[in-house]
Amino acid sequence: MQNDDVIWDVIRHHHCSYMAKIQTGNFCRNPYNVTGICNRSSCPLANSRYATIRDHDGIFYLYMKTIERAHMPNKLWERVKLPKNYMKALEIIDKHLEYWPKLLVHKIKQRLTKMTQYRIRMVKLSKKVREKIMTVPRKEVKRESRREEKALRAAQIENVIEKELLERLNKGVYPDICNYDEEIFNKLLDKNKEEEQEEEEEEEAEVEYVEGDYELEEEEELEEDIEDMGDFLKANNFDDIEGDEDDLEEQPAKKKAYVSYPLKQDDGTEKVRRKGKKVVVEVERDEDMGNRQHNAM
Amino acid sequence: MAKEKKRKAAEEAVDGDDYIEREDKKPKKQKLILASQIKNKEKRSAVYAKLKHEKRVEKHKKIKARDAASKQALELGEEPPEKMVPRTIENTRELDETVCRPDDEELFAGNDADEFSAVLKQQTAPKVLITTCRFNSSRGPAFIKELLSVIPNAQYYKRGTYELKKIVEYAKNKEFTSIIVVHTNRREPDALLLIGLPDGPTAHFRLSNLVLRKDIKNHGNPTSHEPELVLNNFTTRLGHRVGRMIQSLFPQVPNFRGRRVVTFHNQRDFIFFRHHRYVFEVKEKKEGLKDKKSKASQGKTEKKAIARLQECGPRFTLKLVSLQHGTFDTKGGEFEWVHKADMDTSRRRFFI
Repeated sequence: MQNDDVIWDVIRHHHCSYMAKIQTGNFCRNPYNVTGICNRSSCPLANSRYATIRDHDGIFYLYMKTIERAHMPNKLWERVKLPKNYMKALEIIDKHLEYWPKLLVHKIKQRLTKMTQYRIRMVKLSKKVREKIMTVPRKEVKRESRREEKALRAAQIENVIEKELLERLNKGVYPDICNYDEEIFNKLLDKNKEEEQEEEEEEEAEVEYVEGDYELEEEEELEEDIEDMGDFLKANNFDDIEGDEDDLEEQPAKKKAYVSYPLKQDDGTEKVRRKGKKVVVEVERDEDMGNRQHNAM
Repeated sequence: MAKEKKRKAAEEAVDGDDYIEREDKKPKKQKLILASQIKNKEKRSAVYAKLKHEKRVEKHKKIKARDAASKQALELGEEPPEKMVPRTIENTRELDETVCRPDDEELFAGNDADEFSAVLKQQTAPKVLITTCRFNSSRGPAFIKELLSVIPNAQYYKRGTYELKKIVEYAKNKEFTSIIVVHTNRREPDALLLIGLPDGPTAHFRLSNLVLRKDIKNHGNPTSHEPELVLNNFTTRLGHRVGRMIQSLFPQVPNFRGRRVVTFHNQRDFIFFRHHRYVFEVKEKKEGLKDKKSKASQGKTEKKAIARLQECGPRFTLKLVSLQHGTFDTKGGEFEWVHKADMDTSRRRFFI
């Protein structure tokens, strides 16, 4: 009927579908196996009296099989729920497996220990925040890169930046830009002086960097945003300075300010090449600027 | 063409002989042969060349006519005929009702009350904490170094294995105004997380096309002056908010002597970052070169002010993936805007 040795002989020497042979040894894939190794003493098929611990949804159950039920495979395994407390679980195992071979009981307790340890670890890990890796379909990736290229071409960034800087220069955001041609700079200053003397003084006297520029920057940004902002914003700009209407008139005039002057050559400084060494030129120009400021004032 | 003629001749011959009665009933249909149906390569290419030439001649004629008409109108003092404007994606952008309007008081009121107003009104100076994701990459450190040089008052802290929420707390204690987390994927910086503090919004950007300073030809070296900011095309409400967030990274007191400009240019929802040093120059432009006939005006030279840029610093593009209200909290946070796949269905619809 049930001869464990015969079963073991057949399984071991012929074929057992639960056995997995790897480099380090033979392992058993049977879910009821206590140790997981393919052994005469650990094989659940070749031992008519056997017990394991299995885990279901975080709860441990003690499974036992006896030879009395060997002819009823349906009711073969008896299940006992183990409490989550480790000590209590040990007591219950002792109670149920009192007269069983010590080796098996020992193996079961070892298995229980291991399982409690990994249950604790799993709970800890699930509480920790891990990064979730999401995949992006290749189609989308390609689409995005194509659109980005086209957007880059449509943006014409350098031109836009240059235009913006010139606009700011014409508006008078830069009070002491130091490498500009003296004549044009003076012309701009004179224009400012003619039409709005107060504005000029206030610009130099007040802590312009703190207030005026912030407003300008913010409104610059808004200006980019909104088309045909022009006059509204400029009115806002010089809120604290009198004469809004004059400013409005002044702006279009400034923009058309391409008047012809004789080109003045600076002595000793080479023309800054487009992508040349900036540092050297700056130093020289600073000194010149100092002199120029004296002259202008 | 010769083939056509031969065919026609053949047809006529046939028709002439056998179907004399039918001539008055059916008018002869001229069979148009497409150039692509000619099997002979030389003949075919000759036909194509001729077609192309014809097209070009027509185009030139049109242009000449248009120019002549506009010139005539100018001379006569009338208005020139309207210039044709090409249709672009920006021109045909879908109407967005969230575009900021200049007279929107709600917008200005909102600006005063939002999270960045403290920094933007210069009540606090911006202080930025830069960190990375847990695993660093080959290009990451170089990119961070360059970021440190671009953003004044920025500090780099190593990530370790701290949770992001803990890092946020730590930064709040040390009075930082924003955190930048550079996220890497496959050894390349991939995403940027911008967290405003103390309870500012969290913006998640996807980073692409990163070019480091050393890879740019003829790059310049930035100084430590505070840079000027240029923020372009942030039109909608969402864009405005993002723009202000970016603005709050930089100090609001630019040092114009440094002549440094940092640009965030938004085009079709892609935010392009550039960092330049600029110079204003006077360019002599000879007037009257167009009009070769009038030699009298050739001597006139016009002085024009131009700005010239030298690129320094890194170059990259950002695309907004999500904007979350409050500091970093993906599970419990409230998202103001999330990019979904069905937002991409229309080529004319943009959100920033």
